[in-house]
Amino acid sequence: MTRASVRERESYARLARRFQPKRPVFRNLIAAFAVGGAICASGQAILDYLVARDLPLNQAQSMTSSAMVAAGALLTGLGIYDRIGAFAGMGAALPITGFANSIVSPAIEFKREGFVLGVSARMFQVAGPVIVYGSLSAVIVSILRVFVFR
Amino acid sequence: MPVVVATGSVAGPREGEGPLGKLFDLVYHDTLAGERSWEKAEARMLRQAGDIAMAKAGLEDADVDFLLAGDLLNQIVSSSYMARERDIPYLGLYGACSTMGEGLGLGGFLVEGGFARNVLVASSSHHDTAERQYRYPTEFGYQRVPVSQWTVTAAGAAIVSGSGTGPRIEAVTVGRVQDYGVTDANDMGTAMAPAFADTVWRHLQDMSRKPEDYDLIFSGDLGKVGSALGEYLLGQHGLDIGAVHRDTGLMMFEMKPEICSGASGCGCAASVFAAKIWADLASGAVKRVLLVPTGALHSPTACQQGESIPCVAHAVSLVSEAAVER
Repeated sequence: MTRASVRERESYARLARRFQPKRPVFRNLIAAFAVGGAICASGQAILDYLVARDLPLNQAQSMTSSAMVAAGALLTGLGIYDRIGAFAGMGAALPITGFANSIVSPAIEFKREGFVLGVSARMFQVAGPVIVYGSLSAVIVSILRVFVFR
Repeated sequence: MPVVVATGSVAGPREGEGPLGKLFDLVYHDTLAGERSWEKAEARMLRQAGDIAMAKAGLEDADVDFLLAGDLLNQIVSSSYMARERDIPYLGLYGACSTMGEGLGLGGFLVEGGFARNVLVASSSHHDTAERQYRYPTEFGYQRVPVSQWTVTAAGAAIVSGSGTGPRIEAVTVGRVQDYGVTDANDMGTAMAPAFADTVWRHLQDMSRKPEDYDLIFSGDLGKVGSALGEYLLGQHGLDIGAVHRDTGLMMFEMKPEICSGASGCGCAASVFAAKIWADLASGAVKRVLLVPTGALHSPTACQQGESIPCVAHAVSLVSEAAVER
């Protein structure tokens, strides 16, 4: 049999685990904490600066998000953010800079396929699920808040 | 016996800086290779590997009866764009990373069967074209898992002839597809190891040989994980290949962290064969080599639907000219 039986598959999976390197979870956690923390701290610094310059808080918050998105997009375009992501994993993916990276990277990547079928059609290839399920969970939480926890 | 009279190899920047860098016929210092897209760059590298092999063998298109070529891109377009530039009857191949083994085997059959005087065999891969087709946009920041492999940017070509001087193809074992239920497309070494072990075992049985009868046995990019597993699986058959086993996936790069388990891609076994293995056989530095390129025959769609990865490995036994005459 060239297609292994269920039992053969299971015993092969057990065998293979012995040869597979473990994910360096501790190293990844440290890198994610350090880089993710640094990104968030720089966002906080921008926010504090804007507030200190007498900008109303809600405006300062919007401007901070915009600045972080712009920085993420710029670093993606310069070919730096993918390296930060490779080093820090979720620490680079979770902040809003990572969201910018997930949209800008396919936009750059698929420019060669044209602006319609390339850039615009593929732009949300990575970020699409985040937007869809982010919106969906916002709706669900809002419904709960209105009808259950009011 | 069919003779591999000449080879050509073209490599990208990272490959050019690797341990085999000086052996490639042509190295590009830019992954675009002067083209407007990576796909065009890959087609160019494949075409040039063929040009180099043809020039070294001193052949014109009219002398060559078949072009056998394959690559990783959808509809094997790199190969078809290579064939577009040549006046040679073309058969497209798909064997993923095993393509060079498939091509050398079929080339040998065509020549030995009297159907061809010369056959041009070629195969390529490109890191960035493979990334965007199989994984994520190249600028997307994500963490690679330790079992994953790095697709090489390289192309290799060879001329299989009915006459002439050079290493001979003395035997070919065509692999059976093996599927041990691995569904993780990042873990191709684990998926491919059983195919490698099965083909090597059957080849040695067929030929009544032992691993020591070969100076070297090359697997075609199993990486660290797959190589260790392949050796273990053959050990279960009582075959210890440890002393003679090399993996082309572990020869291509300096093993930096981002390379993870090793190199992969159609161009890996193809270019390592063209630049290193063929040259060592031609010079007589090694007498008999078993080249076993292994391919993971999955598609992103099939893997997303939960399908496991069918794998194949083809063994091509090559002997140096000196060894034949003895």
